[in-house]
Amino acid sequence: MIRYIVRRLLGAIPVLFGLSIVLFAFVHLLPGDPCSAILGQHRTEEACARLRANLGLDDPLTVQYLRYLGSLLRGDLGASVINNKPFLDEFLVRFPGTIELTLGALVFAVGLGIPLGRLAARHAQSWLDGVVTAISLFGISIPVFVLGLVLVVVFGVGLGWLPTQGRIDARLRFESVTNFMLIDTLLAGRPDLFVDAVRHLILPSIALGSIPLAIITRITRASVIEVSHEDYVRTARAKGLTERRVDERHIMRNAWLPVTTVIGLQVGGLLAGAVLTETVFVWNGVGRWVVDAIGNRDLTIVQSTILVFALIFLVVNLIVDIGYAFLNPRIRYA
Amino acid sequence: MSDQPLRTPATSRVTALTDTAAADYEVALESLNQWQLAWRRFRRHRLALVGVAILAVMVFLAVFGPIIWPYDPLDLRRDLPGPQGFDPIAMPPFGSDGAGRSVFVLVANGARLSMLIGTTTMLIAVTIGVLVGAVAGFFGGWVDNLLMRFVDLVLSIPFLFIVLVAARFFGGGELVPLILIFGLLSWPGLARLVRALYLSLREQEFVLAARAVGVGDLRIAFRHILPNAIGPVVVSATLIVANAIILEAFVSYLNFGLKAQDISWGNALARSQERIAVGNWWWPFFPGMAIALTVIAINFLGDGLRDALDPRAKE
Repeated sequence: MIRYIVRRLLGAIPVLFGLSIVLFAFVHLLPGDPCSAILGQHRTEEACARLRANLGLDDPLTVQYLRYLGSLLRGDLGASVINNKPFLDEFLVRFPGTIELTLGALVFAVGLGIPLGRLAARHAQSWLDGVVTAISLFGISIPVFVLGLVLVVVFGVGLGWLPTQGRIDARLRFESVTNFMLIDTLLAGRPDLFVDAVRHLILPSIALGSIPLAIITRITRASVIEVSHEDYVRTARAKGLTERRVDERHIMRNAWLPVTTVIGLQVGGLLAGAVLTETVFVWNGVGRWVVDAIGNRDLTIVQSTILVFALIFLVVNLIVDIGYAFLNPRIRYA
Repeated sequence: MSDQPLRTPATSRVTALTDTAAADYEVALESLNQWQLAWRRFRRHRLALVGVAILAVMVFLAVFGPIIWPYDPLDLRRDLPGPQGFDPIAMPPFGSDGAGRSVFVLVANGARLSMLIGTTTMLIAVTIGVLVGAVAGFFGGWVDNLLMRFVDLVLSIPFLFIVLVAARFFGGGELVPLILIFGLLSWPGLARLVRALYLSLREQEFVLAARAVGVGDLRIAFRHILPNAIGPVVVSATLIVANAIILEAFVSYLNFGLKAQDISWGNALARSQERIAVGNWWWPFFPGMAIALTVIAINFLGDGLRDALDPRAKE
């Protein structure tokens, strides 16, 4: 098991290495003069030459790349070109917001998708199945931000049920310590604020979770139907087990496998979708920050965020693969 | 299959009968060519027909909408509305935006741009994707390796981020650069698919036969193999159209897309956002629904085409 994990982690190195080359090349392909970007109005030829020498921009590209790689290996992800704040500090302040949103979306998608998929599978080919399929087709087709706007209009403005902006009511002036609102409000012993934070989380989670919901529903349905036709399910029924026990012990335990894979694969899409959701709901997370960085041509931030997201994606998939071994004893990683 | 041993002689006689009926049917079918067969299968796909109907409405809207409702999108109504615009009752059919512009005209003009962006992006992506995939799959060896490693690299970058960065640096709010960006970033998945198709098709007898009578490589690759790979390519092409429409809306919504004067669905959504608080639901709702409906319709169409163009499909 440990050997497997080590091998997988080693396997991730060439991927990240390749990605660092691509990102480096991409950033250097972009037009734009770093002098004007950094110096702005104070740009003179002399200042520019000094800056280029300081930043090492006159060195050959290979030297520049190796220097970039060296700093990456030391854990230095660079700093904002605009205000010189270190990437990692700024990232860590905002990342909890994105984690909370992503987990909220996952809870929504998994919590609703699996029951819906099981329901559709049990009543396969009926009108109920048709309704579930139609919902999931709609979920896949509607862009995240369009759904987000519709939710804001209907539940926020129209019905006034839920807040549509930010992570907590700004008038409450709650100072977050860890930037995880849900944890902080509980630690502060303020259940009223906790409820407020949860209410803020609901609409963004639904918007972001709609596509994973659709995918998880369809996979669960297909997987349950497939397992239901297995011989051992028939045997279980034949020996007189209750329908509920067959469902829990024989069908679901085996149907879980493809579902977990798909849940793991959703993480990448969720992180990307967070960019839009955070913009629609004025959510203070990494996504909105990156969009601002792209607007300001602050490429260090964009570059490093992509690398960190890729790393997260690799780690999550590793965790999912390890999870298989526990879900399915037939799989043993040698 | 499991009920096979239980079959009585009587039912097997029935099967024999239907077997001969099926054989007659096959004979009758031989007069239909591939496309007629595909069309026959496509017609039976109800959702695909719904998709075609919705798309037909959208295309009609794009082409004739502004002619039937002659309303210059930049021409403002004289009695200016409040910041929330006119609601759909005060100004049918879809209400107006804060400047008094008909949301219907916004949607119709947006349809023009979205359809244009979708189809041109698709043409660029399909051209590159088919070329790269065909060359990699047909010739194999180091060419294949080189091209596919490049595809792997492009696919490993988070797509939305790269689109945003490219739109910010190369887009400049213009239509043509934006289409080029979408097209140049949308082909790798298709190239991989085409390569896989070529890998299996190039081993088939008809390729050997063509080679035996002296047909050249290029002609085999594009005249003999390509028509056999067309089904999956057409299906992914429809999905690329849908994706490009979403991309435009997404990029414009984040203000990296078309400039504000251009009427597109994404721009309409972007401008509506700041006024949602005053309750102008019609302003984001109709462009949003236009995007969603178009994408759903294209997905239905793709689904129908997938079934219709599959040569192994059952009648």
